[in-house]
Amino acid sequence: MSGPEESAGETPQDAPESSSAGLADQLRPAILSVVVLTLLAGCAFPLLLFAIAAPLFPHQAGGSLIRRNGVVVGSELIGQEFTRPEYFHSRPSAAGSGYDGTASGGTNLGPNNPKLMNGAPDFAGIRQLAEAYRKRNGLLPGAPIPVDAVTRSASGLDPHITPANAELQIPRVARARGVSAEAVRRLVAIYTQGPQFSYFGAARVSVLELNLALDQLLSQSALSH
Amino acid sequence: MRWLEYVVFVLIVVGLARPAGGYLARVCQRQRSFLDPVFRPVESLFYRLLGVDAEQEMTAGIYIWCFVLFGAGCALLLFLMLMLQRLLPGGPADTYLTTPMTPDLAANTAVSFTTTTTWQAYAGENTLRYLAQVIGLVAQNFLAAAAGLATGFAFIRGIAREHSATIGNFWVDLTRSLLYVLLPLALAGSLVLVWQGVPLNLSPYTVAHTLEGRTQIIALGPVAALEFIKNLGTNGGGFFNANGAHPYANPTPFTNFLGMLAIAVLPASLMITFGHMTHKPRAGWVLLMVMVALFVAGLAICDRAEAAQPQPLAGLHIVGANMEGKEVRFGVGESVLTAVVTANTATGSYNSMHDSYQPLGVLPLLVSMLVGEVVFGGLGAGVYSIVMTALVAVFLGGLMIGRTPEYLGKKITSLETRWIALYALLTPLVALALTAVAVAVQSGRAGLVTNAGPRGLTEILFAFASCVANNGQTMAGLNANSLFYNVTTIVAMLAGRYGSAALALALAGRFAQQRRLPTTAGTLPCDTPTFGALVFGTVLLLGALCFFPALALGPIVEFFQH
Repeated sequence: MSGPEESAGETPQDAPESSSAGLADQLRPAILSVVVLTLLAGCAFPLLLFAIAAPLFPHQAGGSLIRRNGVVVGSELIGQEFTRPEYFHSRPSAAGSGYDGTASGGTNLGPNNPKLMNGAPDFAGIRQLAEAYRKRNGLLPGAPIPVDAVTRSASGLDPHITPANAELQIPRVARARGVSAEAVRRLVAIYTQGPQFSYFGAARVSVLELNLALDQLLSQSALSH
Repeated sequence: MRWLEYVVFVLIVVGLARPAGGYLARVCQRQRSFLDPVFRPVESLFYRLLGVDAEQEMTAGIYIWCFVLFGAGCALLLFLMLMLQRLLPGGPADTYLTTPMTPDLAANTAVSFTTTTTWQAYAGENTLRYLAQVIGLVAQNFLAAAAGLATGFAFIRGIAREHSATIGNFWVDLTRSLLYVLLPLALAGSLVLVWQGVPLNLSPYTVAHTLEGRTQIIALGPVAALEFIKNLGTNGGGFFNANGAHPYANPTPFTNFLGMLAIAVLPASLMITFGHMTHKPRAGWVLLMVMVALFVAGLAICDRAEAAQPQPLAGLHIVGANMEGKEVRFGVGESVLTAVVTANTATGSYNSMHDSYQPLGVLPLLVSMLVGEVVFGGLGAGVYSIVMTALVAVFLGGLMIGRTPEYLGKKITSLETRWIALYALLTPLVALALTAVAVAVQSGRAGLVTNAGPRGLTEILFAFASCVANNGQTMAGLNANSLFYNVTTIVAMLAGRYGSAALALALAGRFAQQRRLPTTAGTLPCDTPTFGALVFGTVLLLGALCFFPALALGPIVEFFQH
């Protein structure tokens, strides 16, 4: 193969004849490398990763799905919509018509966009969301409420609410279930995570897991009566 | 707590820079490493297969040609795969693929993923087959990143050498970047992601029967194969529409922090590689410290804007920071950290919706893309982003002290100055011109389906800044899947990728030929804090001169609206 001179030549000159030969010489490696490296990175790598990860972490690799009596009721990681009073409610969602697992996304409304605060005919603004939240949870007009309760997350699938948001919902849930607020509060405490490894991120309550635990608590107390 | 996390992040990045930079230098110079027993045979096999003589080096011209040729080949392959993706077996079912893969969208995606931009005019979960995501996009996340790292290596060699007609062999740099850096790190990182909950399967979208008796269809897939390399390779395009905000893509605060480290550590440590190979370690550290200073400044501004309670919410007695478009598990801290890291490193794997950021929260993100990703920067490309800016600083400094400007013993004559100037003008020229076109024509304004006024202008400027910086971040209120935006962003992405690399490598080729001038009393020292301050000022000066009018009409006027 005739190419440019070996490195460190004493005369720093462009060698036109070797450059032009070099250009054509690169076609074969270009074509082959695209194919071979695509196979390596696009086929061999994922297969190797799968071969190691799937046996080690089968639950996570499958999507951390939660089954109740053999039926998939959701995923530990994916939020879902709750509207009944006996359940803790997730944040408002912009994914599809709400918590659509095939249409993740946020509102993308700018902070000064009037639609964000005041809403539109087919869209509840923060003002309406706050009013509905206060009404639902028996709060006085103007009572302070946490911001995550009336804002939509980036994914629209946020599985968490803040501990402050959960706290305000405890009386409603307890009343609807006919149990003491203390019993519900104890359960909330169990499903509240601090920062991960006590360092990363923010404190949060996993809504679906908390609600599943509530259902379980209820069926247990029904059995004991 | 937020600030502790920021500080620890910076400390880890700086702390890992020396060992990682040393390792990258070994990869670049083909020295022995602990991975040799595994990869040396594979490497030799590749060279035989490709018909490459690993000892034969290339001039800058041929190196650029190979870089372009390889990118073109990858783009063509990906384009064909996307156009024919419906023929691929496996999920998701056709009913979920509601966005048609038009030729312009396929071309846009092909260029986007082969330039490490990974701008996404589509939503992954309703556009792409699993196998197209893996064989197409995962592969390109590796290959485009490796090619970028190769150009970084070649650029460093150009400045490190003297009397050399060549700057390395592209195929060797490409192969070694892939084998010795990206593949092993991505394997380890992806395993951690699966452990933390990122799915890795080919299952069909699963129907869940929710506690309230509704049905919820959950999109699954081989998510973990993509989600680590997208960060490590400074690509950034996610498996799902919500990218790093999707709980499957980024399930815990820890996976997010790890992803941010994966993004920043290699580009930061390349500055140490640069110092090491040019035998001016302090010059590398000075540039790294300039990066850190700019990073901290951006972080502080963004944090202040986002952590404050938004005015309209205070009036309604809603307590807390700007959580619209942010996830509870990340809070403000990890959202802002991610926004600033991904904006600075040409990565764009956002975990919160930047279109819902406050005007002053958007500003540092936009500026870091407009000034050319000088903070850490894209893998490989970050080296020449900051060095080219340093060369402008050298030129300015040379004017002040009345000497012929030189950097690390390399003389900057009028020809070099012209290339440096062209490099510095590339982003403003492309980003501002395309923004002007977009606001002038109906098909450009038609993209503003969510926000109007200054925020709309910011969205468009943000899109082109992101594409020319090969970042891929988006203010997603802009509807970019139209013929107009698919074509114009292709122009921006190609100019940003190949224009910058060609100018930088051509300059590196000239530096390689020069001899190294001895340091004299009249030399402007390039490894002192004073020089660092000069570079810092030059970044801000260039940014302000080029972009202040555009920024004034976008985020700045929006800030004063309320």
